[in-house]
Amino acid sequence: MKPAPFDYIAPSSIDEACAILSEAGGGATVLAGGQTLMPLLNLRMSQPFVLVDLNKIADLKGIAHTNGGTRIGPMTRQCEVIDNKVLARELPALVQAAEHIGHHQTRNRGTIGGSIALGEPAAELPATAVALGASIEVRSTRGTRHIPAGEFYLGPYMNALQADELVTAIFFPGWPTGHITLFREVAQRPGDFALLGMVGAVCIENAKFVRAGIAWFGMGPTPIRATAAEQMLLGQSVDAFDAQVVADRAVADTAPFDDHHASAEYRRTVGRRIFARTLRDALATEELA
Amino acid sequence: MSTHHVEMIINGRRHAADIEARIALSDFLRDDAGYTGVHVGCEHGVCGACTVIVDGQAVRSCLMLAVQANGARVTTVEGLAAPDGSLHPVQQALLEEHALQCGFCTPGVVMTLAALTADDKEPTEEQLLAAMSGHICRCTGYQGIRRAAKRLAGANQEKT
Repeated sequence: MKPAPFDYIAPSSIDEACAILSEAGGGATVLAGGQTLMPLLNLRMSQPFVLVDLNKIADLKGIAHTNGGTRIGPMTRQCEVIDNKVLARELPALVQAAEHIGHHQTRNRGTIGGSIALGEPAAELPATAVALGASIEVRSTRGTRHIPAGEFYLGPYMNALQADELVTAIFFPGWPTGHITLFREVAQRPGDFALLGMVGAVCIENAKFVRAGIAWFGMGPTPIRATAAEQMLLGQSVDAFDAQVVADRAVADTAPFDDHHASAEYRRTVGRRIFARTLRDALATEELA
Repeated sequence: MSTHHVEMIINGRRHAADIEARIALSDFLRDDAGYTGVHVGCEHGVCGACTVIVDGQAVRSCLMLAVQANGARVTTVEGLAAPDGSLHPVQQALLEEHALQCGFCTPGVVMTLAALTADDKEPTEEQLLAAMSGHICRCTGYQGIRRAAKRLAGANQEKT
C-alpha cells in the first residue's frame, strides 16, 4: 500500500506546468487535491513517472464573479465553494453538489477541477457542470481552448483532454437571481459514492418554464443531460405540467448499469421517483417563498 | 525517483528531513518524526484514522504527500494536551462520554473535532455530526462519539 517511486515537480506557474506536460509526452500525471489520485497511487493502480503537483500555482485558485457568470479556478478547494456566500446566492446547485462530495476531511483538500477533470460517472460536479452549461478552459503549450462540459465527458474517467492539456478554469454561465435549484442524491451512507442523482436549475416567468438545465449522475458512463425532458418543460405552465411524464422522459435517455450496489432497473425506478419529486418539491417551496 | 528536503512545524516543533517524494504524510509523521498517534488504517482515505490538522484544517494524512506539507504547520493528537498533561476539551469530552474502546479510530476523530472547534468557531451539532461521517469506528457503535460531538457543539455556544 505504498506508491511506486516517481519524480515530483511542483511548478509555480501555468506556463511551467504546461511545459512539463508537453515534455513528458503522456508520462506525467497531474496532482490536484489528491483525494482520488493518492488512493490510486497507494494501491499502485496508477504508476506515473512524473507527478506534477498543481498546488503551488496561485493562478489556478479562486472564484471570480463576472457579469456573464462565475469563473472558478480548478485548484479551488471544494470546501471553499461550500463556504462562498456569493455562490450560495448565484449558483446554489453547485454549492449543494459540492456539499455531497466525499467527507468534510476530503473536501478540505479535494478540488473543483480535480473532480471535474476526473469524470467519475457517479460524481456530483461533472453532472453539475453539464446541467448548468459550464465551459471548461484548457491550456497547453499549443494554445488555449474552451470545451463545453456537455462535450467534455467521453466515458468513465475519459474526457476530451489531450495528454499535454491542463484544465485552467471552469466557467459557469449566469443563472438569474431567484432561479430554482434542483438537487437530489441517493447514496447508501453520507459520503458514499452516489448510486444515482440529479442536479440542475429551472427558471420560471409568468408561471411558465423558460429555461431548464438538468443532468443525471450515476445513470450512465458519463453525466447525462436530460435534454428531451428540458424541452418538454420549456413553455409549459407550472400549474398544469405532469412531473411524472417529464421524469419518465428524462429516464428514457439514461443508460444505467448494474453493479454490486444497485441494478440498472433499480436506478431507473428510483431515478423516475426522485426526478418527479425533486421537481415538484422545488416548485412547492417556490410557491411558499 | 526524486528526493526532497522538507521542513515543517509538527506540534510546535520544527522537523526537517530529506525524503523520497512518494512518502505519505502519515508515514512521515509516524516513521520519521515519531508521532505514532497518527494511526494508519486503510491508506486510501476511507477510514479517517490518520486525520491530522494541516494549517488549521482536518485532512487525511494518507492522501497527502509529506513533500506537499513542506512549510506547513501540522498538529497530531500528541500536540493537543497541555504540557502539564491536562486534556484538550475534545479529548475530555470523548473520555467522559465513553466514546472509545480500542482507540484505533480515536486520534482521527479527535483531530476532526479539534479542527472544527478550534479558535472561536461555533460549529452546529449538525456540522459536527456530519463531519463524523468521515470516520469509521468498529467498536463503540458511535453513540458515545455522537454524544461527545453534541456536547462540543454546546460547549462553544455556552462560552459566548
